[in-house]
Amino acid sequence: MESLLHQVLSGLATGGIYASMALALVMIYQATHHINFAQGEMAMASTYLAWSLIAAGLPYWLAFILTVALSFVAGVAIERILLRPVANAPVLSVIIVFIGLLVIFNSLAGWIFTYTIKTFPTPFSSEPLLGGLISTHEVGATAVTLTVLALLYLFFRFTPLGLAMRAAAQNPVSSRLCGIRVGWMLALGWGLAAAIGAVAGMMIAPIVFLDPNMMSGVLLYAFAGALIGGIDNPVGAVVGGFIVGVLENLAGAYVIGTELKLSFALVVIVGVLVVKPSGLFGRVLVSRV
Amino acid sequence: MANTTIGRSAPATLAAAPWRIVAGVLLFAGAIALPFGLSDYQAFQVTLALSYAIAVLGLNMLTGFSGQISLGHGAFYAIGAYTTAILMDRYDWPYWATLPVAGADCLIIGFLFGLPALRLEGLYLALATLALAVATPQLLKANALEDWTGGVQGITILKPDPPAFLPIDADRWLYFFTLAVAALMFLLAWNILRGRIGRALRAIRDHALAAEAMGINLATYKAWVFGVSAMFTGVAGALSAIAVQFVGPDSFDVFLSIRLLTGMVVGGLGSITGAIWGALFIEYVPNIADQISKAAPWAIYGIFLIGFMYAMPTGVAGGLRLLARRLIGRRPPSNG
Amino acid sequence: MATRRLVLTTALLGALAAGPAVAQTPGVTATEIKIGQTMPYSGPASAYGTIGKVESAFFAMINDKGGINGRKVNLISLDDGYSPPKTVEQIRRLVEQDQVLMIFQSLGTPSNTAIHKYMNAKKVPQLFVATGATKWGDPEHFPWTMGWQPSYQTESHIYAKYLLQTKPDAKIGILYQNDDYGKDYVKGLKDGLGDKAAKMIVSEVSYEVTDPTIDSQIVTLKGSGADVFFNVTTPKFAAQAIRKAYDIDWHPLHLLNNVSNSTGGVLEPAGLERSVGLVSAAYFKDPADPQYAQEPGMQEWVAFMKKYYPDGNLADGFNVYGYLVSQTLAQVLKQCGNDLSRENVMRQAASLNMSLPLLFDGIKITTSPTDFHPIKQMRLEKFDGKRWVPFGEAVTG
Repeated sequence: MESLLHQVLSGLATGGIYASMALALVMIYQATHHINFAQGEMAMASTYLAWSLIAAGLPYWLAFILTVALSFVAGVAIERILLRPVANAPVLSVIIVFIGLLVIFNSLAGWIFTYTIKTFPTPFSSEPLLGGLISTHEVGATAVTLTVLALLYLFFRFTPLGLAMRAAAQNPVSSRLCGIRVGWMLALGWGLAAAIGAVAGMMIAPIVFLDPNMMSGVLLYAFAGALIGGIDNPVGAVVGGFIVGVLENLAGAYVIGTELKLSFALVVIVGVLVVKPSGLFGRVLVSRV
Repeated sequence: MANTTIGRSAPATLAAAPWRIVAGVLLFAGAIALPFGLSDYQAFQVTLALSYAIAVLGLNMLTGFSGQISLGHGAFYAIGAYTTAILMDRYDWPYWATLPVAGADCLIIGFLFGLPALRLEGLYLALATLALAVATPQLLKANALEDWTGGVQGITILKPDPPAFLPIDADRWLYFFTLAVAALMFLLAWNILRGRIGRALRAIRDHALAAEAMGINLATYKAWVFGVSAMFTGVAGALSAIAVQFVGPDSFDVFLSIRLLTGMVVGGLGSITGAIWGALFIEYVPNIADQISKAAPWAIYGIFLIGFMYAMPTGVAGGLRLLARRLIGRRPPSNG
Repeated sequence: MATRRLVLTTALLGALAAGPAVAQTPGVTATEIKIGQTMPYSGPASAYGTIGKVESAFFAMINDKGGINGRKVNLISLDDGYSPPKTVEQIRRLVEQDQVLMIFQSLGTPSNTAIHKYMNAKKVPQLFVATGATKWGDPEHFPWTMGWQPSYQTESHIYAKYLLQTKPDAKIGILYQNDDYGKDYVKGLKDGLGDKAAKMIVSEVSYEVTDPTIDSQIVTLKGSGADVFFNVTTPKFAAQAIRKAYDIDWHPLHLLNNVSNSTGGVLEPAGLERSVGLVSAAYFKDPADPQYAQEPGMQEWVAFMKKYYPDGNLADGFNVYGYLVSQTLAQVLKQCGNDLSRENVMRQAASLNMSLPLLFDGIKITTSPTDFHPIKQMRLEKFDGKRWVPFGEAVTG
């Protein structure tokens, strides 16, 4: 029984990782209706930036804030410079650009920082809690994710800018007619997603150690989490991330063994998409002919 | 909408374009003569490029012509490759007999995967197929299948010998064999896509709702094209296994699927000849990238990728078509 | 120098006159020896790319000193991304297009498996492959292939012997990477334990390199009641495992595989205080260990790194590994003298009897026509919180 509890808590901790990335993915989707396959690598690049700042001597929180700000700017820049020209191209071309970004970030990180793992500091202590079932950092990271989630919710729900962004994503034509600068809304969405990704990366790195391939495993599970919760619902994405973390652990420990965990994620993704594509909390879109 | 400019297939008849016949003959002659001017290693590279061309063609049928995005075609490539390897190594089948089996089992598995895929749109299907690609190496390593797949060690097979009456070596023979199969598959694809079926697929891609209203049975066509597309890619995988003489789980990771997708888009969506350009990109650009930067070859690859998307969004095939139109000038359209 | 050149040229001419075989020596001219390798400079195993870099740096140093027997060594190192089809392609290019003398230290078990039959069919030396898989030492069936490092199964046998001697009623939990490397270690342990294996091993869990964390697996192992932890993981996951085991208050006898026992690369990120009591096996000196810092061999290595590979990590054991193998190859080439035919290269590689300063005392490199495992011995060592302390004698696995 203690083992089961342990697995569940461990799953929640891992789920926190997935939840924070899922949030960034949903953010991009809400703003642009695209799935950003390069999100993980962008988060990893931001984390390396933070690491460099800290190694250069900056205190943690200053490096943190600076990284988030710079990631925001980078996100906006990527949207304006790289994605604008392919805005009207078929969706596949956009996917190719994402994949191009993915391999570029991954490769450059390896070249500049090498592949040896690095430790990344945590603002919380890393003392184990509850007899080692979970660490203080993991609790703190989850708290950070939930805070970001709350801030996002408030932003989208109660600020005019948030409203403008939602409008621009859902109906660009009408939004333009209302005077909303759709192009900049998309850029803003990217900036926010990049910033969230940076936060996620900095919370994840202390747990899994920093190396260029840090995010490659996380991304698929984050997708699964976002899908389960509903790709257009931030709350759903976070809940979905936790669910995936726990399920993955339990399945691996008790049901199918650790050697088929990825296949399990595959089945989950296909299953959710087939049975309930809008996820647990998403809005069901009905199009009338 | 950009859909009307991409995806135009070859004209329905050849007769109206004599220069096409000349080009075809030249191409045929060139293809026959090619391996004799190349070293063994270079002939091997071209053979690999040919099998990629078939794989990209398969993917293009699904994504370019019928609009279903697949990021997981590497899985079918793997299934075809392993089918050939298992039959050749464990059951001593001759290499040429394994191809129809590889094609057949991919056809079935592709169709079965296509059934639940019916319910998935665009990006969701992309996600599901991406999950398939990521899970493939793990499935290939599964303990339960180890006796057949060789588990983590993989399977080594022997290169087929050329028939005794031909005075050429194994590498050249393999090139010709692959060339013949490729020609067959391309002809098959061209035949399928230019007729009623091709029109139905394009209708589904451009406006599924309208297509359905016109009486096209979406479910049948979509699942069926998934199967056929998987079959093409499976045959390509089988050919590559024979050329490389080895299959192992690490050969079929998610980057393979990414490369196939890249090849398709670079070559040109919805273009049959585009598959050839795409295959050349897949086979030769990594070598070029390697020479530019040993440290970050994939970064160069990514830059090439993004550059292509800006410079030639309709792919090489589309770009060439535009160029041809500009050079040849305005001509009264014969069959479009 | 001029007389040396004269002698060399005369010898070559004489050899040319003597038989056609030497004149057709691929990869060899009067001034150059060309050798090739594939390394994973990109892709999932890129952490090992540093081995290729340190080896290239080593031969740059050798060339600055005049080369071997008057010939410069040209090491062509290509990227294969750890993908076997790419390896096949690159190796064929090196052998057929670049006409290299041999393939040296190609990295990765699947990569080398893919070219194993090809190399032996073409009769090209596949020398000192950079993997610990046991199957490379098979001169009867594959006379052109030779490994170098102690095989994974050798190492596991050593752990098995140690357990049978000191903890015969142990309950063993194993965490292994789900690939050839992980499975080879596990097989070695089971073979080494013999018929006690089934009783002693109470839990066996695997992980994939794509898994973000292995926390769940550690929890499972603790829950199985194991008091010995056989840790077959690569550096990133080894660090995670060490840390998690400590944090959940599980303190088994922790056997750490040799691939991941680097003080700088694994134990420091995991936490030195969490690593106290770790047991591992090794055959060369850890560069991050201060007890060796004053030794001339180590100082020579540090000087080499600073001059020829300044970007290299001085705490990374892989950089010592690459240096040692390169020294071994240099010795083989030296022994070949002017007969640099492929047959003679293999003959010389199969008649080695040497020791190197950076190997532990008592560990030698020995080969014979029936013994294609150059290094067969390792020493057990225990981590005391600051450094690895060897105990016992060098053992043969």
